[in-house]
Amino acid sequence: MAESVVLLEGVRKSYNIGTPVETEVLHGIDLRLERGEFCALMGPSGSGKSTLLNIIGLLNRPTSGRLTIDGHAAGGLRDRDLTRLRGHTIGFVFQYHYLLPAFTALENVMMPLLVESGRPDGAMRSRAEELLANVGLTQWRDNLATNMSGGQQQRVAVARALAMKPAVLLADEPTGNLDTVSAQGVFDLMKRVNAEQGTTILIVTHNRMLADQCGRIVEIVDGRITTDRRIR
Amino acid sequence: MLPFEWIAASRFLREGRMQTIAIVLGIGIGVGVIIFMSAALAGQMTNITRRVLSAQAHIVLMPPQEIARPLRGDGDIAEAALIQKPFQRVRSIDQWQTIIKQVSAMPAVTAVSPMASGAVLAVRGEATRSVTIQGVDAAQYFKIVPLPEKIVAGTPRLGAEDIVVGVDLATDLGVRVGDKLRVAAASGQGPTLTVTGIVDLGSKGANQRLTYCALHTAQALLGLIGGVSSIDITVRDIYAAEEVAQNIGALTGVEADSWIRTNNQLYLAINAQRIANTTIRFFVGLAIAFGIAAVLIVSVVQKSKEIGILRAMGTSRGQILRVFLLEGAVLGLVGSLIGSSLGASAIILWSRLVKNPDGTPLFPLDLDPKLFIAAAVLATLSGLIAAYLPALRGARLDPVVAIRG
Repeated sequence: MAESVVLLEGVRKSYNIGTPVETEVLHGIDLRLERGEFCALMGPSGSGKSTLLNIIGLLNRPTSGRLTIDGHAAGGLRDRDLTRLRGHTIGFVFQYHYLLPAFTALENVMMPLLVESGRPDGAMRSRAEELLANVGLTQWRDNLATNMSGGQQQRVAVARALAMKPAVLLADEPTGNLDTVSAQGVFDLMKRVNAEQGTTILIVTHNRMLADQCGRIVEIVDGRITTDRRIR
Repeated sequence: MLPFEWIAASRFLREGRMQTIAIVLGIGIGVGVIIFMSAALAGQMTNITRRVLSAQAHIVLMPPQEIARPLRGDGDIAEAALIQKPFQRVRSIDQWQTIIKQVSAMPAVTAVSPMASGAVLAVRGEATRSVTIQGVDAAQYFKIVPLPEKIVAGTPRLGAEDIVVGVDLATDLGVRVGDKLRVAAASGQGPTLTVTGIVDLGSKGANQRLTYCALHTAQALLGLIGGVSSIDITVRDIYAAEEVAQNIGALTGVEADSWIRTNNQLYLAINAQRIANTTIRFFVGLAIAFGIAAVLIVSVVQKSKEIGILRAMGTSRGQILRVFLLEGAVLGLVGSLIGSSLGASAIILWSRLVKNPDGTPLFPLDLDPKLFIAAAVLATLSGLIAAYLPALRGARLDPVVAIRG
């Protein structure tokens, strides 16, 4: 059996706990992602996709249940350790790129490395250059993040998410703001990263056409996994 | 190379350029006002000190006042219903040499000088004036009252047969440097002295009444052989004079009067001005701090998505906190540098434009480097403190909430 990178066992998440409006949005999720898997997470709005993604991304803590990321049990970790684990094992791509507008494309890609080690150095720079070349943006490296097209910005965001060589890349509708051509470009980039580097990818999308190109589709409705099928 | 916090803080400041420029200018103007007011206050203080305190000692020691002691009979019954106050003779301070040694050893004291003074008549031909003669040891006394600086004619020489007189007295008696002047005690006896110098003490009263001679000349004239009627003292901190005076009084048992007590109105006026000035400076400083805080609060709100993404990629709360604290410190420091140059320009402009009728500056304003260093340190610290709450707010942002906006 392949090694699991993401393992959720009976994960529940409630909001407004202890108040009359307490709502449970995830009702006992069991999910296992293997190393190198490329999985789409689908479901209607409000079904709990983003909450699930945030829990896997260690941005939110589950109310109950167990979460293991790349072999590390996340439950009971202090905030600082959780932040470190997140920095080392998870890469994020959001619907909006959230590049830092005050920095160039290259510096944005360097940012996770800089945050981790505290000081910039040559190795960091060459790693960032390599990543930018990988997403085909070498000639845009010194552009401020604001002076690029949406597709380019999202590709920078993907390069940035890969800077720490994360075990898991989480993408929350990464193509939602892009036209079809750019969307396919960004998606192809992620597929290539998945194929070449074996990075596990979990992508939230409403786009059935893109989802059909993934190796596995998990559908979630009202906080419960309703279907989980492998395509290839 | 610079660490992450520096890089991020400087980029964020550069990104919000208009905000940064506006607040730095605001801080600069505030710091400039503080520097100018501090220099003005210091200048005024120096001026008043120079004008008032350079002509008198900070503390004067005198023998204890004589009091009448009525004899009492048995059973504590006072025998005299009314007790007449005794007149105060010119007396010597008991053990004055020991007292001078004790007082000189005090760290707060900078100079000590004995004096024999009393009322005498200055006689020249038909003209007679009642004057105060102050017999002093020139070397000691000039450390307290710099007579050589006040000389308008002659030299401040105080030999056994020399006398230095005030400028108005010299006019009244018609004496010039080198002329003879007889000084007579109440008994009518007294030596004839040579006028060696004429001084301007800065007030007509003093210039009409004051004369200076050697200590032993005055001792002989006033019948105080080997004694002194008062001891003049200067202290390091003029505003601590009253406290030092009380300590000396307690230590030696003599009367010790500080300039604060003898010039109470003046002291109160100086102090009121000092308090008003300090209050204004405090509130200007507070306005600066709130300005920095306001800018950083807005900045944290504007950057909450970026903070969220930084947190998502593994930036710790501490790193975010430090970024915004640094922003505050940098704003304070840069603002204070601008403020320093504004303040310095204002000081230079003031001393060029605001003058007395005779062309001298109204009062001197010093460009004291300590003032500028203090302003820079204080502004940087206020920047840090003002940044603390916004920084904490940024550091505590929940990345999920921040990203979702």
